[in-house]
This record gives sequence, C-alpha cells and structure tokens, in this order.
Amino acid sequence: MKLTEDDVRYVAGLANLSLADEEIQQLSADLGEILAHVEQLNELDTTGVEPMAQVLYEAGETATLREDVEHEPLGQQAALANAPLPGAGMFKVPKVIER
Amino acid sequence: MTDIARLTIDGIRRGLQAHRFSAVELAAEALRHAEAENPKTRAYLHFSPERALEAARGVDEKLARGEDPGLLAGVPVSVKDVIVTRGVRTTAGSKLLENYVPPYDATAVARLEAQGGVILGKTNCDEFAMGSSNENSAFGPTLNPVDPARVPGGSSGGPAASVAQGTSVVALGSDTGGSIRQPASFCGCVGVTPTYGRVSRYGLIAFASSLDHIGPLARSVRDAAALLQAIAGRDPADSTSAFAPVPDYLAALDGNVRGLKVGLPKEYFDGLGGDTAALMQQAIDQLRRLGCDLREISMPHTRYAIGTYYIICTAEASSNLARFDGVRYGYRSPKSETLADMYRNTRGEGFGAECKRRIMLGTYVLSAGYYDAYYLKAQRVRTLIARDFSEAFKRVDALVMPVSPSPAFKLGEKLDDPLEMYLSDVYTITGSLAGVPCMSVPCGLTRAGLPVGMQIAARHFDEAGMFRLADAFERSRE
Repeated sequence: MKLTEDDVRYVAGLANLSLADEEIQQLSADLGEILAHVEQLNELDTTGVEPMAQVLYEAGETATLREDVEHEPLGQQAALANAPLPGAGMFKVPKVIER
Repeated sequence: MTDIARLTIDGIRRGLQAHRFSAVELAAEALRHAEAENPKTRAYLHFSPERALEAARGVDEKLARGEDPGLLAGVPVSVKDVIVTRGVRTTAGSKLLENYVPPYDATAVARLEAQGGVILGKTNCDEFAMGSSNENSAFGPTLNPVDPARVPGGSSGGPAASVAQGTSVVALGSDTGGSIRQPASFCGCVGVTPTYGRVSRYGLIAFASSLDHIGPLARSVRDAAALLQAIAGRDPADSTSAFAPVPDYLAALDGNVRGLKVGLPKEYFDGLGGDTAALMQQAIDQLRRLGCDLREISMPHTRYAIGTYYIICTAEASSNLARFDGVRYGYRSPKSETLADMYRNTRGEGFGAECKRRIMLGTYVLSAGYYDAYYLKAQRVRTLIARDFSEAFKRVDALVMPVSPSPAFKLGEKLDDPLEMYLSDVYTITGSLAGVPCMSVPCGLTRAGLPVGMQIAARHFDEAGMFRLADAFERSRE
C-alpha cells in the first residue's frame, strides 16, 4: 500500500493537522509501511464473523442508564479555568465568519 | 525510620499500628526520598506534596479516632500523568497539556485516596500513552532504574520505574496494548491489566476507549492485588465499567495451584529466543513443580493481532484526540487568524510525531472508501482473536506466555522505526483486544542482569485466579 504525499495532505486536512513538508514525506513512508503490514489481515476470510463493536456483553440494555437524580455540575468558573482565552464567561476563539 | 525504598502495604499498616511512624512522617520521608532519587530515572514529572500531606493527615486523624484508615492507609503512590488529579497538573506527557490543571479527580484516584492512599506525584509516560519506550514523552524519557542507558518500557514507564526504584510503593498506570505489562517486565516489577471494565476509566485521558484500562503496578503480587481491590468496581460515571461484584483478592492468595490447568499457547513461543526463552522455560518448569497441569494449546489468530490493534487503536485515537483543538483547555497556537487555522496549527504544533502518526493512520482507516477494508475488517478479526481466548479458557484456567520478545532495549534503538516498535508489542496486544485480565510477574534476570516478566492471562473477571497463580509463582522464587 503506497500513500502519496497528496494522500497524506488530504488525510491531514480531515484530521485538522498542519504538517511541515518533511513531516508529510516521513508520514508517506511510515504509513505506507504500516499499511503494508496491516494488509496481512486480508489472508483471513471473515465472512459471517460479527465485528466486535463492544468488549463485554454482561449487562442488560438498560443497565447502563444511571438513576435520574440531580447532581452539581462542574460550574462555569472551573470549566473555564484551563481555557487559553476565556472572556465574558465564554471560550473566545478567532473570528469564524468574514464580514 | 525504615527502608523507604522497600516498603510493603502490610509493612506500612504494621508500622502505623505500632506507632513506629505516623502517616504524615512517612509521607514526608517518602517525598524527600522520591525527590532526591528522581534525577536518576526522571520517573516523576512533578510532585504533589500538599495533596500527599493532606491525605496523610486524614489517615492519622482516622487512626487517632480509632477508625479504619483503609486498605491503603499511608501508602505512597505514584499516578501516571494520563490520569487526572484535581488541582494537580496532568500533562499526558504532552506539550499540549503542559499547564493543564484538571478540575476533577479520576474515579480510581478518588477511590485510592478514600482507602488512605497518599499520592506523591505524577509519573512520566509516552505522549497520550502512545509508545512502548517512554521516549515519546514531550518532557524527555524516563530511564530504566536497572540500567539508565535503557528504556523503562512504555507507555507506563514512569510508574514502573518509580515502583522498581523504590520512590513509590505502588503506582497507577494505564494499559491499551501492553502499557502496564511491558514496562513492569522491563523494570522488574508486577503490572496488572484488569478485565476491560473492571476499573472505571473516568478521568483517564482517552487514547483508545475500547482498549484502555487503568491498573496497578507494585513490587509484589499482594500489593498489586490490594491496589486493585481499592479501585475496582462499577462507577456510574463510566458506562462501560462492569457490574460484576469485586471479590476479596487477598483471600485468593492461598498458594493452592495444584492441578490448575495452565495453557501454553505455542504461537507465543515459536520464534522466541535468547535469554527470554530460557527464562520462560525455567518459569514453566517452576509452575510444573508447583503442581500446575501444563498443556500446550494453539491460538491461531495471534499473528494478526498487531495489524488489528494498530487499526482499531489509531481509529479510536483519531476520534478521541479531536478534542484537543485549543478552545477549552491546553495549548493554543498564537499565530492564527481564523478558527480553522487555529485548530490546524494548535494540533500541528502541539502533538508530537507519534501522536500525529496515529491520528493520521486512524483518520485514514476511517475515511470514506477505506472504512470497510480496514476498520470493519479489523473489528471482525478482533472477534476471532477474542474467540481464541474463549476457546482456550474452555480447556484451561489460565494462560502463561512471555510479555515481550526481548528485555529492555537501549534508548534510541527503535526510535526511527515505528513498525519495529509496534512489533515489540506482539505478546501483550492480544489480551488487550480480548479484554481479558493479564499481568506481568518477574521471572528472572538475563545474563546481562535485565529483568524479564512472565505474562499470565485469565478468564474475564477472574483476577482472583490470576493473582493466585502469580502469587504462588512469586513466592516459589523467594
């Protein structure tokens, strides 16, 4: 499986990741090598095998619903304490819409 | 006051009861010792003296009132820095979270403190727990206490090194594909990956949610069992945590393993060489002398585990790490005009190389046109790997196999070859995919003096049986 540098740029766009040109070159090689190893899964016929979407099935369907009781939320001050740029009780970000 | 580097949980309880030391005196001495010794390994990223002394005061007050101070009364603990601690910086080994101070405690942290545990500080790990050597930490690698030219393993290298070095009695680590067992093997301590769901993941910074586990590291099976006892059990804050009752693990340590059916899966021994193979053979002979009924078995899908794991874990990681966007917490790139640029630059500047590699691989295998070929295929193979375990456990009560193909390798040795690094996880990944409890228990030293661990796996929720075998083995080596 060969991954071109354009493939890498496309995936980086999906992942919201800015990458330097050297990183793109390196990732093209690394990901290609890892995907080549992963190809070996195709040796296995998995027709009719259920995908393992959950690790354990011990509980009933509704068992994971908690009691409907109120509890104290984190609070605005604590929630904003780690924000890179808080303001007016909110998370501030660069402009989203051009005027 | 006492040999601080060799303390046990039972020894601390006896010392407190006999008034040989108070919990506060012990905490102060343990902190002093850990801070003085830390430059040798850099196991700790930072210490939490105020929190430690406050917890210790709580234990002393309970003792003074004649109350039960808890299962871990006064026990110095280190916590891997991917597990959040209220008011104590939690970095996940990442530049992105360098200044992150969590507003809440992980459930495992709250539970161990409720049992009297004293958290000395936070220990180093690969960035977001992604790595097998600790070299992916943004703050520099931890060194192996046995040989500082070698890695302590990863990603729980800091917790393992602190336990082995004697700068904590026990530690909380996390394991996604071997991140507790492999460093335990490399540093010469006990490391336990409990059944998936046995310990709440609430407050564990998520890497791969269907594979992440919190578990104990300790210098003995008994201490590891006590720590698991304190943290295990259903937690409403983690919907995947299990309802299964938590048995008395210490009561299981009765040494009675005569007739226990132990499977040796041949796929784990084919191609195993060097001192690791010789030490495993000695360990197996020892199990036979203990009266275990050893049987060779086959787990035919073992060789597909690495490919399966690196699809599933990266897919989940690409989703989980999407939250690090510079808005709510962590690093934000200062040089962005628009919101979209801020996301991209924050992530591009904040994540290290291994995180980027895994985010990219995970995004690729989930992307349109590739989902069925990679992700869905891997989930189907995961079912086959899990079936290998359920079939094996119809015939045997426990499995014994190596933890890692080699002992601790040298710093830098595998850093330039990500696939080579991934392949070293071959023996630990299978149990993670199946969600069964597994552990590493020391089984000897190579001729070069490097520790090697033996891995034990058991049925879902049979940590008690796993501990019984590990404890009997450990005591037979004394």
